[in-house]
Amino acid sequence: MLSPTLIALIPLLPVFSFLLIALGGKKYFPNLCGILATLAILGSFILSATVAYEYFFQLGPTAGAFKPTVAVSLQWLPFSPDVSIDMGILLDPISVMMLVVVTLISLMVHFYSLGYMKGETRYATFYSFLGLFTFSMLGLVLSSNIFQIYAFWELVGVSSFLLIGFYFDKPSAVAASKKAFIVTRFADLGFLIGILVLAYYSGTLDFQTLITRLTTPTDQLHHSMAATFMGCSALSWGLALVFVGGAGKSAMFPLHIWLPDAMEGPTPVSALIHAATMVVAGVYLVARLFPIFAISSPASLDIVAWVGITSSFIAAIVACTQTDIKRVLAYSTMSQIGYMMFALGVSGYGGEHGLGFMASMFHLFTHAMFKALLFLGAGSVIHYVHSNDMKDMGGLRKHMPITHITFLVACLAIAGIPPFAGFFSKEEILTAAYHGNKAIFGIALVTAAITAFYMFRLYFSIFWSKDFHPYHTEDGHGAHDAHHGEGPFTMLLPLLILGLLSIGAGFLPFGRLVTSDGVAIVTEFNPGFSAGPVLLALAGIVLAWSFYKKQNNAPDQVAGNIKGFYTAAYHKFYIDEVYIFITRKIVFNLIGRPAAWFDRNIVDGTINLIASLAEIVSFLIRKIQSGKVQVYALYFMFGVLGFVLLFMFW
Amino acid sequence: MLPELSLTFLIFLLLFLKIWDGISSAATIMHLTNFLVLVALVGGFCFTGTGEMFNGMFHTSKIINFEKAILTTGTLIIFLQSFDWLKDNKNGVEFCILMLSTLLGMDFMISSGNLLMFYLGLELSSIPLAAMANFDIHKSKSSEAGIKLILSSSFASAIMLFGISLLYGTTGSLNFTEISMRLGHDQLQLFSFILIFAGFAFKLSSVPFHLWTADVYEGAPVPVTAYLSVISKGSVVFIFITVLFKMFAQFTDTWYNMLYLSVMLTITIGNLFAMRQDNIKRFLAFSSIAQVGYILLGISAGTVMGASSAVFFLIVYTFSNLGAFGVISFVSQKTGKELISDYRGFYANNKTASWVLTIALFSLAGIPPTAGFFGKMFLVTAGAAKGNYALIGMAALNMVLSLYYYLRVVKAIFIDKSDEPIEKLEGSLPMKIAFAICMIGIVCTGFASGLFEYINTITAQ
Repeated sequence: MLSPTLIALIPLLPVFSFLLIALGGKKYFPNLCGILATLAILGSFILSATVAYEYFFQLGPTAGAFKPTVAVSLQWLPFSPDVSIDMGILLDPISVMMLVVVTLISLMVHFYSLGYMKGETRYATFYSFLGLFTFSMLGLVLSSNIFQIYAFWELVGVSSFLLIGFYFDKPSAVAASKKAFIVTRFADLGFLIGILVLAYYSGTLDFQTLITRLTTPTDQLHHSMAATFMGCSALSWGLALVFVGGAGKSAMFPLHIWLPDAMEGPTPVSALIHAATMVVAGVYLVARLFPIFAISSPASLDIVAWVGITSSFIAAIVACTQTDIKRVLAYSTMSQIGYMMFALGVSGYGGEHGLGFMASMFHLFTHAMFKALLFLGAGSVIHYVHSNDMKDMGGLRKHMPITHITFLVACLAIAGIPPFAGFFSKEEILTAAYHGNKAIFGIALVTAAITAFYMFRLYFSIFWSKDFHPYHTEDGHGAHDAHHGEGPFTMLLPLLILGLLSIGAGFLPFGRLVTSDGVAIVTEFNPGFSAGPVLLALAGIVLAWSFYKKQNNAPDQVAGNIKGFYTAAYHKFYIDEVYIFITRKIVFNLIGRPAAWFDRNIVDGTINLIASLAEIVSFLIRKIQSGKVQVYALYFMFGVLGFVLLFMFW
Repeated sequence: MLPELSLTFLIFLLLFLKIWDGISSAATIMHLTNFLVLVALVGGFCFTGTGEMFNGMFHTSKIINFEKAILTTGTLIIFLQSFDWLKDNKNGVEFCILMLSTLLGMDFMISSGNLLMFYLGLELSSIPLAAMANFDIHKSKSSEAGIKLILSSSFASAIMLFGISLLYGTTGSLNFTEISMRLGHDQLQLFSFILIFAGFAFKLSSVPFHLWTADVYEGAPVPVTAYLSVISKGSVVFIFITVLFKMFAQFTDTWYNMLYLSVMLTITIGNLFAMRQDNIKRFLAFSSIAQVGYILLGISAGTVMGASSAVFFLIVYTFSNLGAFGVISFVSQKTGKELISDYRGFYANNKTASWVLTIALFSLAGIPPTAGFFGKMFLVTAGAAKGNYALIGMAALNMVLSLYYYLRVVKAIFIDKSDEPIEKLEGSLPMKIAFAICMIGIVCTGFASGLFEYINTITAQ
């Protein structure tokens, strides 16, 4: 195994690059910052890959199961002999897998941005923020205790706030970053209460101890089950609240409203944050506490499952109606994360029962590859077309052949067409759902078909549809014609790498590496079972082909036929409006106004009273502070006398 | 004994240099002094003998050596900060000699195991202070500060000495350990304890023995004010802990109640006054009174955790308060401006100094993640162990109040506009080094939890 120092360097390298750029680089060598940050993250990636290789293949399973190991543990703030806040690095199958995903995608994004962000005025700042984000995400993934994961969780929130609002002179970007921050912050409140409940009942912050205490029949488990609130045990409440935090970060219904708006950030940022890393933090969190969910509180797991499938389905429908390509991708992300969530929700713990867990992690892994690819591809398209709207696109396949092919690969992967990566993970999820919950399985099948439809709607609208007339820059040179629409080499290489991964990642023997209890499970390939989803996906593709291959009025006709539903979906089922209604009308009027009145009259009144009291008192004491030493001595004597009277005679 | 010996050597060396008159430039002497103090500081870390001398009159332990190191560090920072002020002063050497003498007195005081030794140290550490407060000879305010300091301090000493003699009369000993064994429920002993307590309370400027503080702090030159509020107070806190925990362990209940009352009064009145000050030195004077209240809160726990949290807080406080005083002294030396309103728009021309002052004030207010937050957290945690939630609630309320007046200064620096903001000031290298030390201290001390652990361990020994 690598030395702890080297493992600790994985999260530290990005933060070093952040500090270096933010403190000096920005000013003294702005143009080198991108390369510097990319090198730092390359270092992290190589170390992560080594760690993964050594963890899975050299250290290997002990007694048939991969055991978690604590690579680094530092006591940071000791409160009492029993309770302390630690900083540590926990390595287990899921954290090692996440390490590779985060560093790999981050590396791709760093590299891609060398071309994409070139010439931006805040180029160096962008890279410093990327470093900060990567550091926070890696810290989150490696956390060995709840406190640490919470701290990094918030840090992730802050750094994503900075990145979403990167174009801070655009009001929409500012609004989006604020929205993302506030909504996730709101969810984090649940998370905080949840971890406090768990920590209170288990008496520990450490993940491993926590899981042991709350899954085996101990006093702690007994107490947390016995204490009830509104009909549910404290344990279930704690887990459900933790899940609220996870749902906020992972954009689960109804806390998803920030994700589409967050697309205001630079596209590479969307690829990093909103495809592969931050948004799966919620899934990761549930996976981290999975034994407690599965063994001690199946009720909370049901919540996870139903929230997951609802989000997945709703997002898929909304995605069919959006015209901003990044928003389509955002909803597709939400839908796919819903997949991961309900896979966890239908899963049991241990052995074959844990198929859903394994499938969820598998899908997280493959999804990171093809969704980052989709975003980066979309970035290339936007870079060329200078628009986000698919109405401005079409016929781009001749102008951007490489982007076209890789985008197609990613679409096939997300649609679940064999042998692309998404097929394998999706099939595991569907199998798990089939065994776990038939209703969810049914909705998941429909969602899979819709997914294929909207992804190919996107694909055909961008690359086929009509002929594209190159956009002419304002100076009239049509500068983009020179390179046939494709971006520079730095932007193409990540596309190619991710494209290869989207094809090949599905062949990983995932069931042998990442499972709920670390014991390898054998996954069987069942052609009869997988035929159904694949055929449905193909049907979706064919439908999209007939609608969008050539420009025609069939989509409008269909939309017209289901006008009410279409409009509702187009307006994202008015969920934003519901939130605005709740906040403006209910929260502001019913709670805000009385609170404001209370604040103005009672609180301010008290403060004013204290202020005027302070005024009076200080006026009185001003005489004491007369500047005359003999008076001071007198007060000194009074003080002594007072003490004597108080403590000797009373 | 090494810190004391090296300080004595240093004082004599400076005396000879003064007489010899060979080095005419005060700047050179300052550099030399700084270097030698640094050597003494490092030496203090390397050679840490422990044990007793002179029949228990003088004793050292790891924690005492550590406390001496804190004091020396603080003195070094003040020397660095006063460089700009003293480099053109022909009496600069005297200033160094006086300050080192008080430091020597403090070292003796915290090492004392006997009331006589303690008193000697206390006087050695306070009399030269009066001369230092009067160092701006041409300013009448400075002279006023000097005379007020010496008068009040001799008054306090007299009261304390009265207490000591009564204690000697009733127990027949001056040795800390022996006194603690001979203490009973004698009223006279209790009375003598109250007198001694009052003497300490004066030195710590706890209410109602604090009245001298504001006038002296305002009149004295800024480095002296800094020295009074940090180093001088720190040393008294250190010995106060020893005296209470060791010698008066018998009276724990009494001194707990006395501290309770003192904390309440000190924090509240200190804050109420600090709120209304316009002179930034006076403002810091009252805020430092309030800070002492928090230290006493930690001490009132009467536990190892209480003692170590007080020591830890003093490290943090040294960096934070000296950081704040550093900037004020910097501005005051260059421009003579000392009002909070003068700091309006300070950020426009002095970015670094503004940040130093702001971060130092944040640390004083106890805003995370500065070290001040951790310092206060440990103090309050220690105090809360006693279960006195009224006191803790009062302390918490006052922290909120203090936030207001600290932020008032920050607001003046960053937000308020001024027609004539302070022009760009250039600091000398020693000044910059002092700022850097303070900033590193503020940022890092809180996160280096090993430090607190270490203090806790050596305090327990």
